[in-house]
Amino acid sequence: MEFFEMFLNIGFWAATIRMATPLIFGTLGELICERAGVLNLGIEGIMTTGAMVAWMWVYQGGDLWTAVLVAAVFGMLFGLLHSAFSVYMGLSQHVTGIGITMLATALTYYSFRMMLPGVTTPPKIVPFENYAVPFLSEIPVLGQALFNQSPLTYLAFILVGVVAYVLYRTPMGLAVRMVGENPMAVEVQGIDVYRVRTAAVMVGSGFMAVGGAFLTISVFDAFYFDMINGRGWICIALVIFASWRPGKALLGAMLFAAFDAIQIRVQQSSSTLIPYQFYLMMPYVFSILALIVMSRKAAYPKALLVPFRRGQR
Amino acid sequence: MGAALSEPETVLSVNGITKRFGSLVANDAISFSLNKGKVLALLGENGAGKTTLMNIIFGHYMADEGSIEVFGKALRASNPAEAISHGVGMVHQHFTLADNLTVLENITLGTEPLWSVTRDIAAAKAKIQKLAEEFGLKVEPDTQIKDLSVGEKQRVEILKALYRGAKILILDEPTAVLTPQEADQLFATLKDMLAKGLSVIFISHKLGEVMAIADDIAVLRHGKLVANFPVSEASREIIAEKMVGEAVEKPERVKMTAGETLLAIEGVTAQEGGHALLKNISLSLHRHQIIGIAGVSGNGQGALSDLLAGLVTPVKGSVTLKGEGLTRFNPSDMIAHGVGRVPEDRHVEGAVGEFSVEENLILEEYNDSRFSKFGWLNMSSITKHAKGLITAFDIRGAAPDTMIRSLSGGNMQKVILARALENKPDVILANQPTRGLDVGAATFVHEQLFKARARGAGVVLISEDLEELLSLSDKVVVMYHGMCSQPLDADDVTQQQLGLLMSGEGFSEMEASHAA
Repeated sequence: MEFFEMFLNIGFWAATIRMATPLIFGTLGELICERAGVLNLGIEGIMTTGAMVAWMWVYQGGDLWTAVLVAAVFGMLFGLLHSAFSVYMGLSQHVTGIGITMLATALTYYSFRMMLPGVTTPPKIVPFENYAVPFLSEIPVLGQALFNQSPLTYLAFILVGVVAYVLYRTPMGLAVRMVGENPMAVEVQGIDVYRVRTAAVMVGSGFMAVGGAFLTISVFDAFYFDMINGRGWICIALVIFASWRPGKALLGAMLFAAFDAIQIRVQQSSSTLIPYQFYLMMPYVFSILALIVMSRKAAYPKALLVPFRRGQR
Repeated sequence: MGAALSEPETVLSVNGITKRFGSLVANDAISFSLNKGKVLALLGENGAGKTTLMNIIFGHYMADEGSIEVFGKALRASNPAEAISHGVGMVHQHFTLADNLTVLENITLGTEPLWSVTRDIAAAKAKIQKLAEEFGLKVEPDTQIKDLSVGEKQRVEILKALYRGAKILILDEPTAVLTPQEADQLFATLKDMLAKGLSVIFISHKLGEVMAIADDIAVLRHGKLVANFPVSEASREIIAEKMVGEAVEKPERVKMTAGETLLAIEGVTAQEGGHALLKNISLSLHRHQIIGIAGVSGNGQGALSDLLAGLVTPVKGSVTLKGEGLTRFNPSDMIAHGVGRVPEDRHVEGAVGEFSVEENLILEEYNDSRFSKFGWLNMSSITKHAKGLITAFDIRGAAPDTMIRSLSGGNMQKVILARALENKPDVILANQPTRGLDVGAATFVHEQLFKARARGAGVVLISEDLEELLSLSDKVVVMYHGMCSQPLDADDVTQQQLGLLMSGEGFSEMEASHAA
């Protein structure tokens, strides 16, 4: 019954929420891009960049919250680059996205090495401290897990609501959704399709970079190569799992993080009969299964991957 | 229509618009004007430049030369926002709606500042309701577009323009997708709008409806304005001649007695992914007979076409070809059984654009001993074969090695027709064979189908153009929700009657029995 006791453990729930945070940022970011009809495979690289620049900002003596902003700005710059190719020139979103990931990752590693030559053990910074919300954090188990977290985690949860509100309740959100369904419908109403798409991709990329930054300035206190470790790709799958809805994106991110947290704990407590790689694999297997179940009736934004060209027949 | 007794007020004037796409001059120095409360019909064949001209007025394209004035003010920027702000609205031929969003969302997009933090949904709803009542455009604001019929979608498009305060409405081929009844309803709405002082540009190539609704007529041919006169001075013959550039003689259907049965479809049901495409249909085709299939697009015509092409296998029922029951359904067997096929979309299913004419001509029989031996293509024989067909079918602008993509629609269709007809098939499936063709090319296609009928072939003709169907077919069958009506004698049935069937009248019992 050890397995079930785990779910009564505050540490387990706190870890789940902590591990979900970068996924929430990334998934929301990808969701915004895709709602506007642009697949952003640059996510993995943009998260890497966000992780590094935020950490570097703090390491150079900058403030933590400013570091978050700096990461977002760098993400938006890569988003702008992505739009230049995929929105304005109408090039393949797949190829552009992979290119952005490779470019962003390589540039990040390169600058890291340039700025810190000859460093073998990654230097450390002082990351965000957990903030216990008064009263709420005193609720047994759930309150202690939910309300004693990094400020960035609270930000991620708040952003889920904000993104949902903007998408469904504001004219801008309507334009974003419409441009992902039928760009021509937006064009004929006198709105610039390119600008809406570019704005969405930039904002979405900013979210992704903050997701990366969370890893270096909140969970860990250093920047490592390969630390994003496929989280970006998981976010792409989570967007489909979420059927392009922010609320479900949160759910998906939590589920995946929970699998990951279970995996770590089971790995520690189980016998050596089963190789540890098997447990590492579990969250991915579960996410594939969940995808199969959920995405069968997923309604893609109709204009996803479809470039729009003004003034063409 | 509007009782404007005073001096007519010009609301839109177009001065010397020229637009080039590469070497093609789509619009050549076109000038005309539109008066308040009037309908200007813009006529012309496919490719004459009508849509291009309207897209310039609405700001989709930038004109290379010329200017446009609306209510005395010049349109400066070339984008839809500028046109909308001057009171121009456009209903595009291909609807510009987002299927997964609601009617309200589609209409209100762009009417509120993008940066505002809320949408005033209640006010928008009230305004839509008011407009809908005023112009008789009934539609439910919270429905998703994908759940609407074609006619309703068009109403949403019109409401979109009215919501933005359009005073000039451009309608690009608005009746192309409507049943005759829906078209009548549209005309009633248009009359309401004219009475309220709106002005309309109406693009069409159907002469009948133009004569009924227009005040003035402008005819485009090859990008030039070749005629512009009040409807009172026009006749069908004059307009047709202006559109085509020469008098056209339409081939007439001569009476023939139907011969033996070629094709018998009995009780066929076909499905795709659990969704019934064909529901218990029966159809028989005889020698010397053309059967026309009518219906609003998407009511099973595609599935019927796929069935005869061997692309769909029925789950129930039987198909008998020349007395032989079919057990296997695949394209090569169908060809071997003598079914000639002219597919619906010549670019997608009919031809391989990057291949040459000669290659496209042998696509169905490259394995034939005439064209290949021991796995090697016999190029000289293939070229000779192509040369023969190019002459026989008058395929213009083509040599055997011309890439088929570079041919005009009419000539590409002739290549497909040549391939389908050269082996004298007994059963011919022609799915939308004249869509997008000019009158000359369409007439050629009609002649070929009549020739095939005369030599004893049977033709299944699928078309959305009722005029074409009734003039070519001996019998007409209407398809609705995957069901077929009884065959009707083409000489005894009117377009109106077909329209009623197309909108589902008389199918409810059949549908219920299929569901049970």
